[in-house]
Formats: sequence, C-alpha cells, structure tokens
Amino acid sequence: MSFAAAPTPARTTAAVAARATDLSKVYGRNETRVVALDSVSVEFGKGRFTAIMGPSGSGKSTLMHCMAGLDSVSSGSARIGDAELASLNDKQLTRLRRDRIGFVFQAFNLLPTLTAEENITLPMDIAGRKPDREWLHNVIETVGLSGRLGHRPAQLSGGQQQRVAVARALAARPEIIFADEPTGNLDSRSGAEVLGFLRESVRAMGQTVVMVTHDPVAASYADRVVFLADGRIVEELYEPTADSVLDRMRMFDSKGRTS
Amino acid sequence: MFRTALRNVFAHKARLLMTALAVMLGVAFVAGTLVFSDTVGEAVKNASAKNLKDVAVSVRAVDVGNPGPPEDGKRSTALNDALAHRIGGLPGVSAVRADVSGRATLADKDNQPIGDSWQNRAANYQPGKDGKDSRYPLVKGRGPADGGEIALAEGTAKAAGYRIGDTVRFAVDGPVQTKKLVGIVSTDDPQVTAGGSLALLDTATAQKLYLHPGQYDELVVAAEPGTDQQALTGKIRTLLPKDRAEAISGAQLAADQARMIADQNKALSQTLLTFAGIALFVGIFIIANTFTMLISQRSREIALLRAVGASRRQVVRSVLAEAGLLGLVSSVVGFALGTGIAVGLRAVLNANGAGFPGGPVIITPATVGVALAVGVVVTVLAAWLPSRRAAKIAPVEALNTVEAPPAPRGLVIRNSLGVVIGGLGVAIMCYASTLTSSEDMPVAMAGGVLTITGAVILAPLLSRPLVSLAGLVTVRLFGIGGKLAKENALRNPRRTAATSSALMIGLVLITGMTVLGSSVQQAMDAQISRGLTADYKVATTNFAGLDPAASRKVAQLPGVDQMVPLRTTGFQAADGFSDVTGTDLTRIGKVVRLSFTSGSFTALQDLGPRGIAVSQSTAKGQGWHTGDTLTATFDEDKPKARLKIAGVYEDNTIVGGALATTSLVDRYLVTQKNDQLLVKAKGGTSQTLERQIRHTLGDSPLLKVQDHDALRKEQSGPIEMLVNMVYGLLGMSVVIAIVGVVNTLAMSVFERTREIGMLRAIGLSRGGIKRMVRLESVVISLFGAVLGIAVGIFLSWSVGSIMSNGLPAYALKLPWDRLGLFVLLALIVGILAALWPARRAARLNMLEAIGAQ
Repeated sequence: MSFAAAPTPARTTAAVAARATDLSKVYGRNETRVVALDSVSVEFGKGRFTAIMGPSGSGKSTLMHCMAGLDSVSSGSARIGDAELASLNDKQLTRLRRDRIGFVFQAFNLLPTLTAEENITLPMDIAGRKPDREWLHNVIETVGLSGRLGHRPAQLSGGQQQRVAVARALAARPEIIFADEPTGNLDSRSGAEVLGFLRESVRAMGQTVVMVTHDPVAASYADRVVFLADGRIVEELYEPTADSVLDRMRMFDSKGRTS
Repeated sequence: MFRTALRNVFAHKARLLMTALAVMLGVAFVAGTLVFSDTVGEAVKNASAKNLKDVAVSVRAVDVGNPGPPEDGKRSTALNDALAHRIGGLPGVSAVRADVSGRATLADKDNQPIGDSWQNRAANYQPGKDGKDSRYPLVKGRGPADGGEIALAEGTAKAAGYRIGDTVRFAVDGPVQTKKLVGIVSTDDPQVTAGGSLALLDTATAQKLYLHPGQYDELVVAAEPGTDQQALTGKIRTLLPKDRAEAISGAQLAADQARMIADQNKALSQTLLTFAGIALFVGIFIIANTFTMLISQRSREIALLRAVGASRRQVVRSVLAEAGLLGLVSSVVGFALGTGIAVGLRAVLNANGAGFPGGPVIITPATVGVALAVGVVVTVLAAWLPSRRAAKIAPVEALNTVEAPPAPRGLVIRNSLGVVIGGLGVAIMCYASTLTSSEDMPVAMAGGVLTITGAVILAPLLSRPLVSLAGLVTVRLFGIGGKLAKENALRNPRRTAATSSALMIGLVLITGMTVLGSSVQQAMDAQISRGLTADYKVATTNFAGLDPAASRKVAQLPGVDQMVPLRTTGFQAADGFSDVTGTDLTRIGKVVRLSFTSGSFTALQDLGPRGIAVSQSTAKGQGWHTGDTLTATFDEDKPKARLKIAGVYEDNTIVGGALATTSLVDRYLVTQKNDQLLVKAKGGTSQTLERQIRHTLGDSPLLKVQDHDALRKEQSGPIEMLVNMVYGLLGMSVVIAIVGVVNTLAMSVFERTREIGMLRAIGLSRGGIKRMVRLESVVISLFGAVLGIAVGIFLSWSVGSIMSNGLPAYALKLPWDRLGLFVLLALIVGILAALWPARRAARLNMLEAIGAQ
C-alpha cells in the first residue's frame, strides 16, 4: 500500500492548512439557545492527519462543518489557507468546497446512477476540469478499485463504496480533506483499509486530512488528536495510539462525572 | 387503519396536493360539462316553454310537393283568413294568430349579412285592438303599418347598427330590398337569441314576399282557461283541408321541442365528456405514480405496521382509504371549480355572441353524484396497483437499518404485454391503411386505442434508448449536469414513463388532429385550385338562386371573359340518390377542370339530355359504372328519365355528385334560377370586378362572390375551428400532464435529498442543482412529446386512405412548423414544471440533507 510518484512530503513545516480563531456556533435563541462551539481556536497543520474526538453533542461535527464551509459561523473566524470563510458568499463557498476541499462521509454518499469511476471524477466534472489521468490511475490503483471502475455503487460492498469515496476525495488533490466518521458504517477490516489509505495519502503525498471520529482505533491513525467537550477544546494528543486515546477519553469521562 | 389513512393524507398534504390537483381538474371538467348542459338546457327549455305558453293548438300548413301555382316560385298554403275565422268561432278559442314566416337576411351598414342565414327569421306583425302585437312587445317606436316599413328585434338592430328612421337593407331571395325602420321589439324566441335575427313586416307585405295574398304558414290558437287542449285539437282537425294542414296541441309542441333540445344538448355534452374522460385517464397515471412513490417512501412505516400485526388486507385497505379520502376531497373542490367553469363558460360564450338564454344554475343530485363518484373511483382505481405493492412489503424491512434500494422489478411481463397489445394495434392500423370506406372508421378507432395503450405500456422500455439519445445532447451542452439529469431520468423507467405518458396521450391526439386537419385542408385547397379554373364562384348564402336575366348581364360586364351558370337538382335512381349539376356542356370546360377516370366528357356531350356523368364517390357509393343506364326519377309528378352514364370523373368541389346538360336539369326545376355562376375574368380578379358583379346581381347581402382564396378559407374555416376546439379541450390534459411532471420531480427531489446534499457539499452550485432538475424535467417532457408525436403521426398516416374517401387529392401532409411548436411547447412545459421542484432542491439544507436517512 503505497503511493508511487508522490510529491515530497512537507511534514516538518509549520504551515497551516486551516485555522479556527475564537470560533463560536450558536443555534436557536433565548430558551432554545444551544452553544455548539464556544470560542474554539485550533490549527490544522498542512500535510498532517488530525482527528477530532469527543462524545456526541461535544460539537466535533459542528466544528468540521464550519471549517469545511458547510455551515455558517456565529462569530469568530474560520480559514482555509488564506480564505476567510465568513466573508464568502454561497457561490464562493461552493467554489471553495469544489476546488479546495475533499469530503468523505459516513454514509459514503455516492451517486447511485454513476459508475465508480464517474463518482471519483465527479468533483472535477462539476468544475469542468480534466482529471490528471496519471494521478487518477495512481489513486485508483492504490485504493484497489481497478477492476471495478465500471460498477455502480449498488454492485459494490460497503468497504468498496467507501474506497470510491476516498478516491473521489483524493482524485482532485484538494488542499484539505474532511472525513466525517468515515468508518462508522464499515466492519473493522474495511475500516482499517480506508484509514490506511488516508494515513498513506498524508505520509506519501503530503495530503492534509481532518477526520471526525468517536472510535479510538480510528483516531490512532492520526498524527494528532483534538478532544472536544461541550463546544470547547479540552485536550490534545500527539502521535496517539488506540490505548492512549482511550485513556484520555476515560479521563475526561470521569472528570465530566465529578465536575 | 382508517385513522392511519387519515393521518397520512394530512401528513403528506403538500405532496398530495399535486395528485389532488389532477383529480380536481378532471372532476371540474366533468362537473362543468354536466352543470353547463343542465343549466343551458333548462334555460332554453324555459325560454321555449315561455314562447309556447299561449299556444293551445298550432295549425300548420303541410307541404305536399308544389301544389300551388309554381310559376312565381312562392309557396302556397291552405291556411287563409276564412279558416282562421272558422277556427276562431270554435267554443273555447280565445284568439287566433295568423302567422307568416320566412327568412330575411339583413345587411349591416357595410352590406355584409348578419347572423346565420338559417336563423334569420322574418314574420308578420299583427297589431291587436290596442294597435300592438303582444307577441313582440315594442321597446321603441311602433309596429310596421305598410309595405314601406319594418321592425327589428333589439339584438338584430344592434348587430346591424340600425336606428329608428334608418333605411334597412335586406334580401329574401332576390335583389336587395329597402324598408324604413319604425320599431324595435323584444323577443325571447330562442332561435333569435341564439345568433339569429328577426325582421317584422306588416301582414300583407309578408304574404306578398313569402306566400300569396291571404295565406298563412301557421295559425296559432289560444284557448280560454280550462279548455281541454286535446279535445280542441281534435275539433280543429275536422275543419282542416285534408293533407294540407295539421293541428298539433301546445303540449305536444312543447314536448317535441324539449326532446329536440335534449338531443342537441346530449351531443354537446357527450363530446365534452369524452375530453373530460381523456383528462381523467391522463390523471390516473399521475395518481398511480404518486401512490407508488409515497409507498416506497413509507415502506419502512408500512413494514412496521405489518410487524406489529397489521394484515396485508389492512395495509391495502389503508392505502385505498387514503386514496378514497383524497379523491373525495379533491372531487368536492373540483365540483365547485366545475360549477364556476360552467357559469363562466356561459358568460364567455354569450360575450362572443352565442346567445344562451339566462336562467338559474342547475345542479342536479345526479350531477353531484356522478362528479364525486367519478373522482373517488378514479383515484381509488389508480391507487389499486400501488396498494398491492404496499401489501407485499415484508415486516422484516422495518428492522433493516441500512436503507436498501428497492430491487428493480423486471419489465419482462410488462414489455411482453406491451408488444402484444401495441403489435396488435399497429397491425390493425396497417390494415386500416388499406381501407377506404368511412364506415371502417371504428376499426381504425379500435386500432388507435390499442396502439396508444401499447405505447403507454412500452414507454418504460422505450424510455431507455430515447432518453439516452436526449442525454447525448444534454451531456454535450451541459456537461455533468446534463449527465446527472439523464441518469436520473433513466433511473426509474416506470416512473419516467408514467410521468411522460400523460403528456404523450395528449400529444398523440393533438398531433393526430393537426396532421389530419392540415392534410384535409391541403386536399381541399388542391381540389379547388385543380378543379376550378374560373376566377370567381358566385352563389347565395341561402341557396335561393340567382336570377337568369341578371346573370346574363354579368356575362356582359367588360372584365368578364366567361360566365357559366350551374343549376342543381337531385334524382333517385333504383337504389340511390344523387345531386346533379346542369350546365352548358360546351363551355363548362373553360371554367372547371374535370378529369375522367373512365368514359369521357365528349361522350357526355354527344349524349346530350340522355346522358349523365357521375363523380367517383357517387359511382362507388351507388355501384354505378360507365355505360350503365339509369332510370332516374327527378320529380314524382313527372315522367322518369332514362340516362346513360357517359363517364366517371374525379370528385370536384364545384360540380357535385353528377353532371348533365342544362336542358335535362331544367325540365325538373320549379324555378329556372341559377344556383351558381362561375366567372372567368379577363385580367384576373380585382375588387372593381367583384363590386360590378355584386352590383349587377342586385347588391343583395345574400350574395357570395368568392375567389379561390375565399373559397379556400370557407372550406378550411370549419376544419380550423374544429382543430382549435380540440386544442382547447386537450389543453386540459396538457395542464394535468404538467401537474404530473411537477409531482414526479418534487417527489424525486425529496427521495434524493441526500444525493443533492452531497452534490452541494462537494461543490455543485445551487444553479447547478437547479439546472440538473430542470434538465431532467425537460428530458422527461421531450420523451413524452416525441413518443406522442410519433404515435400521432403514425395514426394519422394509417387513417389516410379512409380520409381520402371523397377527397382524391388527399395526401399526408406533416405541418412541421406546428409539430416543431409542439416539441418547443414540451420543452417549455418541462422548464415550467421544474420551476418549483428545482427551487426546492436548490434550497435543501445541506447538513440535514447529508444526514437525512
């Protein structure tokens, strides 16, 4: 499992792919007011694999949605590279997502009417860009879909479908890939495969990946884990293992109970 | 379970709205038709009853041949003052009106005839003791008192633009006459209010114009209260000269009139109901489509119901109850809408001069019952198949967490059925294309219905290649959006087919009518230009004929090269009847082009008054052949003629069923008048010449001086009107078709919420989403249009040889401009139908969409 002809990784540079500063997201008003994100400041380094963890309701999905330009921000700033998302209108945001962001969803979200290959090139087709054939071939080879390009999603297993989704995110070489519980609907073997691809894309190609998960094993594939609770960042962990992640989680579980 | 059905109706009210709309429009059409015909029928009946209110007995002259002195061409009756006096003396008789009636065509200020020539009544004004005629109450002025005066009905005077004191120009059968307008009367005679006209003259003048002095057409007997109508009628009968007059009781007259009105009404409402039926039939597809989609969306819910113990039958019943409820509610609304349409229709038609009498809106319990029953039955029927599908949902599906796409059901059975039915239809139509008699039309109708049914059944199969073809264009023009639209349209062939079927059926009929209309029109045009070499055809609107002396003067006009008069009568020979045109055989060739298929024109000329030539359709209809000898009866009182058939010619619009020399026809004519003049001008047509011809013939408003253009227009007018009417009526089914497309798209958008959310997330703009939905809609609409137009052309081609019966110049003519317009319309339908669903799709909340189950 390796990417051939990969560009030189830039792991050591401190460049930032995306950054949140005092980011808040509030839903509803008055009695129904819910603070999903409370002044969150966090950076996602270029060429790094960051996992966002936290119990349900902690705001981890909201953080991802705000950072990916899928949801608006109540206050503070969210940037992809040099683009301040709050200052972009819907059209500009759409273009930003199309050209600079890749997505992997929990429910695969492939178009059932398109073949695997058509699904992979969809973002580029929408943009009206010609895919880089060599790179595409490379990505498809790596995720092991060569024999199944003509198949429609209904003819593929869940793992294969998610591999198509990963390939779709990688094919356009976006600045950053957001993955929302990418292994949530997969068995552990397929999940491990998918995580392996993401990991490898970061290592070999210098791809930036931000993944939301609640699975410590999944988080252990990342370079760094950011823990959220009640809309705030409560912990960070570098070079995690499944066990160290689990330990931390137990820690603020007990904290949460005692506080 | 009923409560579930009720809840479902309310829970999905937005989605059901479109289905409701389809039912509503269909029911509105049905209810509108029924209410309209009841209301108008009742109003007309009331008006005629009012007209007959004072009639106890009507004594009418009976026409037996031409008993009177024939030389002046006027009618002679046995009703006179003496008879009127004797009837007036009978016990119980309170009054006797002695009526003279005829036709008078009034000219408006521009010398154009007003009203329909068959309903331009003239009658005598009969002042009573107070000097007024109670039957025609005066609105203004006074009744006509001598031969120089006339009174008109209010509407008539208004239509012609005459005021009291003006000189009224009118014609009875000859040159124009003038009289001074002295009075305006009101009348509720339905014949007059419904587009006719009424002129009143004093009795002596009317008698002079239509009968002989002292004679009447009708004696209207009024009785004292309490007189037995039946007995009085009997008594009057004994006074009447045998065979020359009949007495009918007022009650009988009213009954006859009511029956006639009912018959007329029935024909109209049957036509309208046919179109209402088409609209409802189209609606069935939409309803079935909606329920199929609703059930697939609710499959988990239904599975849950089954899991907790509901039986299959209960599931079916719940779906049908939902349909019934929806049908009932929509029918009630549709009924109200239909009543409004009926009221509005009368107003609109009256504003255009239809002249329906006023009266209360009649809503019978039968109308209510039929309209509601139709709506409910159609809805439940349409939901029946989907309900069976619902019953097949297994309880275990409730437990599936992952949404599994429903297994595509095979189309094998459907396709086989479609091939059998459609194949049968096409075979019948191919057979019909070899038939030539108009009596074979039912065969073609049956074949047509089968072909359309086959096309509907096969639509899913056909959708794949046709939509793919359309996809080539959309992909090329719109890239990935076009591709997604194409794939979406192909996704569920049944749904695409059902949606476009509604449009298809409408377009099959519209195309068929258009192609047939333009082909017939072309044939008629060709026949005129091929058959008539004269520049003008002169005739009268009431077939009264033209004075021979005046006609001869036309021949002497400086601009006239040839003038050939035609006279027409009819004869009976052995087993058939035919009209025959008598003319100058030496000159007819200069103004009419006849092509003989057998025999020859010279043979006819050689035979003279012992010969006759017949048209192809006459020959075929009667089984006559060149060389046959006919024993022809022209007039029962005159000796029969032995005529040899000199030849058979192609049907000709000017010369009708048969042609002979004038000297033969003249023997049997009551009045030696010309029915038509064919005029060839020296230097082509000109306005001056036309004016001169009119002037020479007395400037009567009855005159029709027509050049080729006018003849063409006169012939194509009714066809055009018929085609336009069909357009209007089928417009309803097109509206329902639009509703269907909107419905399908809205549901599809709902079903694909998650996909649309994902597309938005990975960077398809709102505009791109809108375009995708719009293109899908256009592709579906165009599919329906192309299929409909193709089937429509096929059907109109196959009935061509039946249509060509009597139209030798008939050839299939495809009006490409109109057909192109239909395709364009389908395109617009597609775009319009997508407006709302596309907006909805573009506005979907992305985050909810991605997460939606």
